[in-house]
Formats: sequence, C-alpha cells, structure tokens
Amino acid sequence: MLLIACPWCGEREELEFHYGGQAHVAHPAEPEGLSDSQWGEYLFVRDNPKGPFAERWSHSAGCRRWFNVVRHTVTHEILAVYPAGQPKPVILP
Amino acid sequence: MSDPFRLPHRPARRLPAGGRVDRSAPLRFTYDGTRYTGLRGDTLASALLANGVAGASPSLYRGRPRGIATAGVEEPNALVQVAGPGSEPMLLATTLELYEGLTATGLSGRGRLDPGPDPAVYDKMHLHTEVLVVGAGPAGLAAALAAGRSGARVVLVDDQPEPGGSLLAGHEEIDGVPALDWVAAVREELAARPGVRILTRSTATGYYDHNYLLVAEHRTDHLGPHPVPGVSRQRLWHIRARRVVLATGSHERPMVFAGNDLPGVMSAAAVRAYVNRYAVLPGHRAVVLTTNDHAYATALDLVAAGAEVSALVDTRPEPPAGLVDAARRAGIEVVTGSCVVGAYGDAAVAAVRTAALDADDAVTGPVRDLACDLLAVSGGWSPAVQLWSQAQGTTRYDEDLAAFVPARAAQHVDIVGAARGVLDLAGCLDGGFAAGAEAARSAGFPAAVPATPANSGDTRPSRPRPVWLVPGEDGDPSTWHDHFVDLQRDATVADVHRAVRAGMRSVEHIKRYTTIGTAHDQGKASAVSATGVIARLLGARTPGDVGTTTYRGPYVPVPFALLAGRERGPLFDPVRTTAIHPWHTAHGAVFENVGQWQRPRYFPLAGEDMDAAVLRECRAARAGVAVMDATTLGKIDVIGPDAGAFLNRVYTNAFARLAVNSARYGMMCRADGMVFDDGVTLRLAEDHYLMTTTTGNAAGVLDWLEEWLQTEWPELRVRLTSVTEQWATVAVVGPRSREVLGALVPDLDVSNDAFPFMTARETRLANGVEARICRISFSGELAFEINVASWYGLAVWESVIEAGRPLGITPYGTETMHVLRAEKGYPIVGQDTDGTVTPWTWAWSGSSPGRRTSSENARSDGATPAAATAGNSSACCRSTRPCCCRRARSWSPTPKRPCPSGRWDMSPPATAAPPSAAPSPWR
Ligand SMILES: [Zn+2]
Repeated sequence: MLLIACPWCGEREELEFHYGGQAHVAHPAEPEGLSDSQWGEYLFVRDNPKGPFAERWSHSAGCRRWFNVVRHTVTHEILAVYPAGQPKPVILP
Repeated sequence: MSDPFRLPHRPARRLPAGGRVDRSAPLRFTYDGTRYTGLRGDTLASALLANGVAGASPSLYRGRPRGIATAGVEEPNALVQVAGPGSEPMLLATTLELYEGLTATGLSGRGRLDPGPDPAVYDKMHLHTEVLVVGAGPAGLAAALAAGRSGARVVLVDDQPEPGGSLLAGHEEIDGVPALDWVAAVREELAARPGVRILTRSTATGYYDHNYLLVAEHRTDHLGPHPVPGVSRQRLWHIRARRVVLATGSHERPMVFAGNDLPGVMSAAAVRAYVNRYAVLPGHRAVVLTTNDHAYATALDLVAAGAEVSALVDTRPEPPAGLVDAARRAGIEVVTGSCVVGAYGDAAVAAVRTAALDADDAVTGPVRDLACDLLAVSGGWSPAVQLWSQAQGTTRYDEDLAAFVPARAAQHVDIVGAARGVLDLAGCLDGGFAAGAEAARSAGFPAAVPATPANSGDTRPSRPRPVWLVPGEDGDPSTWHDHFVDLQRDATVADVHRAVRAGMRSVEHIKRYTTIGTAHDQGKASAVSATGVIARLLGARTPGDVGTTTYRGPYVPVPFALLAGRERGPLFDPVRTTAIHPWHTAHGAVFENVGQWQRPRYFPLAGEDMDAAVLRECRAARAGVAVMDATTLGKIDVIGPDAGAFLNRVYTNAFARLAVNSARYGMMCRADGMVFDDGVTLRLAEDHYLMTTTTGNAAGVLDWLEEWLQTEWPELRVRLTSVTEQWATVAVVGPRSREVLGALVPDLDVSNDAFPFMTARETRLANGVEARICRISFSGELAFEINVASWYGLAVWESVIEAGRPLGITPYGTETMHVLRAEKGYPIVGQDTDGTVTPWTWAWSGSSPGRRTSSENARSDGATPAAATAGNSSACCRSTRPCCCRRARSWSPTPKRPCPSGRWDMSPPATAAPPSAAPSPWR
C-alpha cells in the first residue's frame, strides 16, 4: 500500500485515495472533429510504461482534491507530486 | 490408545539440566488422545519428543509415517488441530507453545474449520516508526540497539516468546558473558528507551509497498484456548517504517535421498535447538549428515548431552581440520567425501546406509550400514529472503555459499545476518550494528555504529559442498519414489522427473505441476532443495542456472479472523438508516440492502406473504394513496454562479435556463457515452441547484462531478456538497395524494394549475416544520415529495400517516416501487443498465416514446404525461462544445444518420419512426 503525499494534507495511506489513471490526457477540444479511432484513443488508450508514470489521484477520503503524481511503476517510488493543471515535471531517467 | 510411532524401550529423553524450560512448571497435555507431561517453555513438538513421540500424522497422500523434522516455522510435517472454542486447524507443533491442558490432534495435511462461533477478540493497531527491525537474533538485536540509541523510534519484531534467535539454541559468548546474558542486557536497554517497542510472538507476515508491513502478534495463544477478558487473542499490526532492517535468519535445508521422510530424520540445527533450548534428546544414537561446518556443533552437543553419535558424514572430501579434530576428540567417527544414500526403518529410522561420492555425486565404493534412531541432516542454509522478495528485492545465486542471497533492494530496506548469507556471529553483529545505525541516519537520526563486542563460539564457516540429489543405490530418477522433495505434498524426485520429461523447464511450471512448495510451509526449507533437484535433472550446473520462485505473503498462515479483526458481524460494513427507520422497524418492514442503506422492501400485514403485501401496496399507490421513504436518493447541492453552466456540461440536457423552483429530469453519461446516472435536479435559486442521484450511486456521482470540475473545468465557480443525509424525503403517491397534501399544508394551493408537475414550493407544514415540496413522480403516479430537515423526518412521516389515515394511506417499500416503475416501463440505472447502455439503447428499452424517460427519478406523473424529457440545449460527455455523443441528451430510438465523424448522430428525429431492430450506435 502506497504512502502518498497529498499536496494539501501531507502523507496519507493509499486507502484514503482514489486512482484516476494517466494524467495529462486532456478532453479533446473538438470531439466532433475526431475520427472514431482518434476518439477511441482518447477514451481507452493509455500509456503503460515500465518506469516513471504521471497519473492522477484524488484524496477522496480526505480533502477530496485531485492532484498529479509521478510514480515509478516498478518500484512504486513516488518521484513527484504536483497540483492538477501544472505541467508534468521533468523526471530524469 | 497406542501410538505406532512411539519408540519403546528408551529411557526418558528429557535432559536432567539445561535448556530454557521451567522444570518447576510441569504441564499436562493431550496429543491424539494420549496424555503426556511437558514443561513451561516447551513447544508442543519439544514436549512430544521429550515423551518419545514422533509427533506427526501420516503423510497426506501416501500415508507414510512422518515425524517432527524441524524446530520452527519451516516445519513440513507436524500439523495439529487444537481443541477449544474456535478450534484452530493447521497449526505447527514446532511453533505452538505448550500450556496446561493443551489438547491437540495430529493432522494429515488437512484441518477442519470449527463451525462454531469464535469467541475470541482480534484487533488491529496502526503504527508509524522510523526503523522497523524484523528478527531479534544477534543481527536484529544489534540493529535495534544501534538505531535505538539514536533516539529514533524503533520497532523490533520477533516470532519467538523471547529474543535471541539462533543464540537460544547455542552456547556462544558475547562480551565475555553467555550470549543470552548479552541478549538480556540488550533487551533491558531497548525496553528502557521510550521510542523503542519490542513485539515478541509476532511474525512479520507481509511486506508491501512503501515499507508497509503486516505483523501478526499472538497475545494470548500461549495461555490457553479460552479468551482472556480484556485482551485480544491476536493483533494485526499495520506498520509503516521509514527504514526496514530484515534480520530474518535462515532455514536449514533438507537433503534429498531415499527414505529422507522417515521419523527421526531431522534438521541438524533443529536437533541442536531441541538439545540446548528445550533440553530434549531427540534420539539416543545419531548419525549426522552435513554439507557444511554447522552440523559439527550439533554432533558435539549430542555427545555432550549423552547421546551416541555413530558417525558424522560430511560430503566434503576435506572438511576443516579443526572441526574434524574436535569431533574425533569427542569420539565421533568423521566420514568425509561421503553421504547417506538411504534411511531405513518401519515406523521410524532404524539404520542409514552411507557411501562415498565422487566429484559428480555418483556413489563410489562400498555401502555401509549404520544403526541409529536419529539422522541429523544439514543440507546447507537458505537465507530467509521471503520478506525481502515480497518487497520486490531480487536474489542471486552465490556459489561460495550455495544459496540464493539478496541482491538488489527495491525499497528502503537493508538485510543483515544469516538472511544475507552471513553465518558467523561476529559478522551478524557487525552487519546489524552498521545497518541499524545507517537506518536511523537515513531516517534523520544521527547514529554511531557501536563497536562489536568480543564473541566466540560461532566462526565463519568454510565452503560447503551441496549434494542436491543423492543418487539411489539402484534405479534412476524416474524410479526414486522415496526420495522426497516436498514432504507435505508427498512429492518426490520421480515426480520432478516426470515433469521434466514432460518438457517443463521453468521452476514455476514444475512447481505447479508437482505442487512442490505449495503446502502450508510454502517450501521455506525445501524450496531451494527442490530447485537443486530440478537443476540436476535438467543438467544445469547450479540451482542459480535454474532460478528460484518468487515469494508472496503471508509468510506464515494467518487466520481470517485476525485479518477481519473487529470488522465482522454488524461492524463488517457500515449500515445507513434514514431518520424514519424506527417507524419502519416498528411497523414490521422487511428490509433490503441498497448499497449500505437499509430500505424497507415491503410492509407485510399479519398473514401476508411478499406477493400479497406488494399487491396491496401497489393497489394503494394506483387507486388511493401510498407513502414511501425516499430519503436514500442521493442529493448533491450544486452552488455557485456557474452552477447552471456546469450542469449543462455534465448532463445530456440543459439546466442553465431552468426556472427557479422548477425541476428537470437529467441523464448523465460517461465520456464513452454510456449511461452513468440519472435523476431530477431542482433549481432552488439562481446559483443553487439540488441534484438527486440513484441511491446506490450517490457517492460515485459526487466523485465524478468533482473530477470534472477540478481537472477539466477549474475555471467554473461551483461548489458541490453531499446533502443526502441532511434531508429526509417522504414521497406521497397516488391519485389521492393531493388530498393528503391539502391536509398537511392547508395554506398551500396544491391544485394542478397552481402547483404543476416538476415544480417545487418552499412552505411550512401545518405542524410548523419548514418543508420543500416537489411535485415529481417516481413511478408515474400523481405524487409529491416532502423534503424536511432530517431531524424532522420521523415526525413528518408520522404526520403524513396521520393525515392520510382517513384515506387508507399505505406505506410501501422498494419491491412495490419496482413493480410500479416496471409496469410503466421506467428502467433504473444500475439495475436495468450495466455500463454498456447508451442513452440511445436505454430509450429503446422503453415500450413507447412516452415512457422512454425512465428511472428511479425520471417520472412523468400520471397527471401530466410525457414531460420529463424536455431537454434541449447542450452538454454531455464532458465537452464544452457539441459533439455526437453529447447529443445523446435528446436521445431518440431512431438513429438518423451517422455523423461525419462516423459516430451516430443522435439528434432528435424529424419524425419518430422506430427502427426495425435496435442497432448498436458503436456498430
Ligand atoms: Zn488531501
């Protein structure tokens, strides 16, 4: 179980959080301009890296704020935590 | 009852002195129906051995006699079920502390769950610490001491009743005193430090992400089977540590030769533990078989305890001269470059046969018989890397140690002592001190590395010579049916050979095919031996070329009762009840669970079954007046200047222009266009809407709204608050509901013109309670919903019942609600949909356009047909601009034309011509 540092509340158990999948997947500005496969990409296709991964978490049993985390998918080490809306930090490999 | 495995004609096996048992505290116990006596400090296993009992039931599949093989958690044979309230199966005699009156039955691999209730209490504790040390042997004690002196919080966990680890079984010296005196001093110093906690009888069973460990503590099991008032029987510790130091020790490996499963074939280290720690002689005439230095101490201790050691058989052609000399001085014959090639006996080992081995492990020269009643075997040492491996740490095969040792850590963890392959006492202390100090330092507590005290008695061992597969005297591996690889599973070399011949090469495959390593012991002692056998049969050079399996938690079996803790019975899951619940209970409601809510399902009268009750309730709602507690519908306050714009985006239809005090049905879709939820939303003020959701989905809808608000549209000035439990909702339903309202609120004009469908009125009831009354319908009847602050819910419900009494008002439950809505063709999200339903297919499920509106909440009411769907403008799948699935808002059963994008355009048809079949909008 991860120990996640909520930007607002500090370190809390993973049990208090809700996972939100890959971060920085913006809703398309003009969905009607997309082909089926482009729309399908938006809906269903996500990265699955072995390494650092930017993902969304919500402190659903705490302050209820959404924020972003960069987590190493092999070690689960959390490399960065930053508020929603901020750009993805540059994580050195 | 006679025990076939009891060895007769032997003097008492309890040694007259020594050991950590209390000779002043004899304890009576019963095993398999026979009464015996042991001592406080015994395990059931040591007490049985002291009584000359082999101590295990026959093997599971082949019914072969078996005996106690080890002295610890790695025991493959000695399973018992302990009698008592909540009788627990599958316990190990080797870890079960003896108590007065203990009654145990041996098990052949399978226990029986006690069908009766377990009266014991189990609880949980959560703990944060800077340093967690697992294992209180010399390395773990050293680590805890070094870390504790820094002022850091330290938790030291050990599964034994007292610290000491391997020192409990030996007679080493540390700092000029017996090692256990040093242990006592260390314990005293640690206990005096306020930041240090020592958990004995506690096993770290699981090592999870971010240094999160579960520790199972046995608090009263050593006192007897009955609950101790005020004390939980077992406690599960959830520990989060900045740094972990694993000092988990190692397990001695068995060897694989013919007859290696006979009672009397034991781990050499276990024999030493029984002699030194428990003052029990497991045999009178022993043969010691070893691949390494360690068993020499066992041989010497056996002689010192009065046993005869017929021979010490060492696989190495040239063992260290000092060890050989010491053994010979004690009168032990040392046979080098040889091995035991078979153990024989009917109920227990009576003789072994030894022979010289060549460099390829083949038998050379004559075979020799040696009579014995004990064969002490050391096949080498396997570091206990189970927790390390659970923490995603890797291992590598070390040829000098002939063992898999820790390689790369994946968490903030260090591993010391025998668990990393360090087998000498000085090395364990050195490593423990250094790791403890480093753990404290990296947790922010400057720590010095204590100087390692002088010590003696356990020196650095020389190179072992493993013999992974001792050849049989005849036949080939396919016929070696008595060379046991996993005793509990009765799996043999012949079984492994069959797997290899079938083409399997991976350890994981062979493990699954043969079931090796899958019993209660998870192959703690035998897994690497099994890998060695596989390597031999595959022609690999070492087990390292074959690889090892990974370990999963729990390290030892954990009772489900402990995992459940106090969260059982009524505390298993929170139960939500409405303010009106006491009335329902008092009036005989039959309840059903909807999510965590308890809702009345129906209200049977005397003699009624469910069908009769539901028919009666339905009749009242259709022909007269009925009343339902609708409090459980989710309610969310949507407040802010942009509340209307926000609703426009999350619903498939528009809300921004909804008049104040008016309600509108809305349907919510996920981004993929599937129906997610629906309900009526009421506008209370320019900047304030009250959204209702389905009962079971209220929390999910709030999460969904928050997600979009925070992550996609942070510019919208909107706040969301769950108010489900702040409002009690009483639905008054049926053609005569207007009369009840008239009596309840004499000042309110409830006529159709003055109070039309889908509108709301803020008012005060005749009893003075402020109320919001909405004319909305759940199941197509004329209906009013009275919303009051929760604490008035029961009083208002009772006044509704009172006001409706002359009209025969009838309370009804969810079953009637389902009949009513189903007969109108209104589906319910989550019951009639499954996450693969689009608004379009959902609408098609209705029987006619007028009824396609739907839902627990949707409702046109009987007085005003076909209204609820009146949406028009924008919004849906979270776009701020129109898109195809967004237009699902005004869904139609007729797909008009594909979008230019290829997706179906679901705008309203010019004429509503139903299609001949229900097509899938996603084709
Ligand atoms: Zn938070």
